[in-house]
Amino acid sequence: MRLSTIPSVLGALAVSLLLWKAVVVIGGYPPFILPPPESVLVRLVEAWTDGVMAPHAATTLLEIGLGFAVGSVAALVVGYVLGRSSFVARLISPYLVAAQATPILALAPVLALWFGPGLLSKVVIAALIVFFPVAVSTMVGIRSVDAGLLELARSLRATRRQVVMTLEIPAALPSIFGGLRIGITLAVVGAIVGEWAGAERGLGVLVNLARGSLFDIPLMFATLVTIAAIGVALYLAVVLVERRLVPAR
Amino acid sequence: MTEAAAPGRIDVHDLAVEFPRRGEAPLLAIDGVEFSVSGGEIVSLIGPNGCGKSTILRSIAGLVRPSRGQVLLDGGAIDGPDPRIGLVFQEPRLLPWRTVARNVAYALELAGFPRPVREVRVLELLRRVGLQDSATVLPAQLSGGMRQRAALARALALEPEVLLLDEPFSALDAMTRDRFNLELLRLWGRLRTTIVVVTHSISEAIFLGDRVIVLGARPGRVVADIAVPLSRPRTIDQLDEAAVSATAREIRRHLDLVAA
Repeated sequence: MRLSTIPSVLGALAVSLLLWKAVVVIGGYPPFILPPPESVLVRLVEAWTDGVMAPHAATTLLEIGLGFAVGSVAALVVGYVLGRSSFVARLISPYLVAAQATPILALAPVLALWFGPGLLSKVVIAALIVFFPVAVSTMVGIRSVDAGLLELARSLRATRRQVVMTLEIPAALPSIFGGLRIGITLAVVGAIVGEWAGAERGLGVLVNLARGSLFDIPLMFATLVTIAAIGVALYLAVVLVERRLVPAR
Repeated sequence: MTEAAAPGRIDVHDLAVEFPRRGEAPLLAIDGVEFSVSGGEIVSLIGPNGCGKSTILRSIAGLVRPSRGQVLLDGGAIDGPDPRIGLVFQEPRLLPWRTVARNVAYALELAGFPRPVREVRVLELLRRVGLQDSATVLPAQLSGGMRQRAALARALALEPEVLLLDEPFSALDAMTRDRFNLELLRLWGRLRTTIVVVTHSISEAIFLGDRVIVLGARPGRVVADIAVPLSRPRTIDQLDEAAVSATAREIRRHLDLVAA
């Protein structure tokens, strides 16, 4: 992240807070429909200091992290095979697309039934939703490796492993990171959806609690802000790793 | 093969290469190609488009499996890429994310040379091709000619006995090309590797080669093997000699016959 992006991010944040406030004032919405930003902010600080938010956030973060890791690693392997073998691609693409076309919202209850209300079902759901974009971008990246460079490697008697490590992965990396950027935001969605399908703890649970039994609408919005902040932070983390790993060319 | 003979002798025996085609009979790219190159000799391959010049070169490099016949290097059959053979393609084929030095080091890296050895060798190779000041630069920042020099340095990295060049300077303008050909010959003067160079320029073929082998159109075969009556070291001025125009005329006559 360049330093010059920070002012523009802060500027965008300020503008959206002002708009939010304007909507509340002009529309005259009651706090239980749309609380003003300042009361959400107060509630956000409160929830983080009195220990309400942290355990939920930690749970969700763990689900996102594990789901993203499992889904990405599986997708890298499968995407590589898909990219290298058009036979395998023809064979299993229909299943991949069919699985992707089935809404994760519809699948979540089934997966919760199978994998229980604990961590596992959330990790599975997040991993599933991360899988598709990362696998497709890996496949595209591997296919984009220049045939001339592959022939060069062959003429230099590169081993299979050397071709993968020195040629295919570096060449496919920009495309793979395109998929990982999408994947990390989807992992957040997957974890929350998983929590809605049945969980005891997590930010998705907290949103429901705040809206339902607690009827604490500012807390609900504070939770949403936390979820969004986690999404942005993780996305930026992926971008930072990308900057380190993808060399200029 | 006597012990005294210079290494890098190539024998191409009755070489035929077919490429499979979907829904059609296989394409016979070359058929019955037969020639030899002595160790340390420079031979130019010239011929019309589609005569299989590159296919012959790629067969020698072990990248194409012949359908018939074989290629011998110092008496032993070539059956795959060989470290004794260095290859420069028509395009530089540099890894765009690696610096010039690391691109040259790539050949050594794949062959398993340890880093300290690589670093020393790469410096020497870059100096040889005049790229010592561009070591840390990415290929995208280089001119086409400098990229091709880097590719040449990479091809020389494993100290090959044979250097195969596939129209290496065809993308360069005429003047740059002359200079590169001179540099190539100067390099050859020190290394004395066997060189087989594919070209579609008659003057380049004569300027570089001890012999010019003229190939006929598909399926490619040898139609003439012409000795170049020029002494070495060569200079650009020699291209104006009467012997050169006679050789050029002969090459052109064969090429015209082939084209007709």
